[in-house]
Amino acid sequence: MTTTVPTPPATPLPPLRGADWLLAHDPRLRLLAAGLFALVVVSLNQLSSSGAALALALGLTVAARLDARALARRLLALTGFLLIMLLTLPFTTPGTSWFTLGSLSASTAGRDLALLILCKATAVMLTLTILVGTLDPLAFAQALGRLGVPHRLTQLLLLTIRQIHLIDAESIRLRQALRARAFVPRTDWQTWRTYGWLIGMLLVRSFARAERLLEAMRCRGFRGRFYRLDTPTWRTADSLAALGWLLLLGGLLWFDQHADVQALGAML
Amino acid sequence: MAHIPEGVLSAPVLSAGALITTALLTVALRRLDDVALPRAAVLASALFVASLISVPLGPTSVHLLLNGLMGLLLGWTAVPAIVVALALQAAFFGFGGPLVLGVNALNLALPALMCAGGVRLVRPYLRPAHWPIVGFSAGVLGVMLTGVLVAATLAASGEPFRPAAQVLLLTYPPLALVEGLITATIIGFLQRVAPDMLALGQMRHD
Repeated sequence: MTTTVPTPPATPLPPLRGADWLLAHDPRLRLLAAGLFALVVVSLNQLSSSGAALALALGLTVAARLDARALARRLLALTGFLLIMLLTLPFTTPGTSWFTLGSLSASTAGRDLALLILCKATAVMLTLTILVGTLDPLAFAQALGRLGVPHRLTQLLLLTIRQIHLIDAESIRLRQALRARAFVPRTDWQTWRTYGWLIGMLLVRSFARAERLLEAMRCRGFRGRFYRLDTPTWRTADSLAALGWLLLLGGLLWFDQHADVQALGAML
Repeated sequence: MAHIPEGVLSAPVLSAGALITTALLTVALRRLDDVALPRAAVLASALFVASLISVPLGPTSVHLLLNGLMGLLLGWTAVPAIVVALALQAAFFGFGGPLVLGVNALNLALPALMCAGGVRLVRPYLRPAHWPIVGFSAGVLGVMLTGVLVAATLAASGEPFRPAAQVLLLTYPPLALVEGLITATIIGFLQRVAPDMLALGQMRHD
């Protein structure tokens, strides 16, 4: 699993390219590390420790040398939700006044809560993208299976990943055909009806595809199990990385317990 | 905005979501046999790809949720299909996260199951002309119930989140209308081209 799997250029599930040191680690380690990080970060209570978690995630981002544009697109996915939080929370949380806007009064507690959420959400998203988003989707599914996810769910995940590639190609073809007939999507009934037919056609074709897939699986003697083709090797480097990660997370938790609120106030 | 990011919801909401989703998933996976597996995977992928299409709506554009349609076409299988889609979106698109996966999946899967159950109830009285209306209702209900559930999970996480939940709820009706119209067209299309597909979601119930 240490070699990178070549993927076709246009896919709806593009794994990001990461630094070599990252790709060398076992997929299971990367999944566990991302999950554990999320668990620790979500349980943090202080703004200072959440900021430290974000700094850790940013450091990891720099070290992983990800494509900046792909990363920006992921960050954009967060903005809508976080913007609503940032705009409402200062005004809805009771506490000492930060500033007033007409009859509305913003509290420092609300500001801190909004910043806390911002730090946590961004930190978890970044580490998830770095550690898991750089995996090949099929390796992701296999690793989940090895970590104890029910095999029926893993099979569905594996088949779905494969079919997404095929059906996306179909969808691109159909939309190209629409464009060739001068179709421009607008906010009107014509557009919605056309998209309805497009999705209907995708469903009909995928239904026929499912019959072929079932026959192909029967031909290969499918009885509830696939052969696992991956041969993951947990190496000493993985154990060392796991130990280092646990120490960092322990440090975060310790910092969260002992963070000096007064010193933080002075810093802000 | 049906995906709640990590770090927002409180621990009790997160654990309750994860617990209920796991329970629903266990029931759904038990109903999914070897023969139904490829069909579930292919339809799940088709709906995943369809939700990537951005539909223009005034000055912005929206992505369809299609969970109502999933309920109609897949029945119980909509639950694992939604979990799989959300896991992929969390890992490869940056939507949601590992701990909120349970809540996010529940917010989409519960409306899907309700649409599946609803159509099962009215099915004996349905005439062919009624199917597009069923599609429209499933589209609208799927989106609006998801909006209500997202707002409810947010509001349950703390008093300060209530106004944000209300703001969020306001963003759903336009999407619900578009999704209703598109789902009605999809169902009308399937009825003419592949009527067998409309019977699919029902088989797993009987």
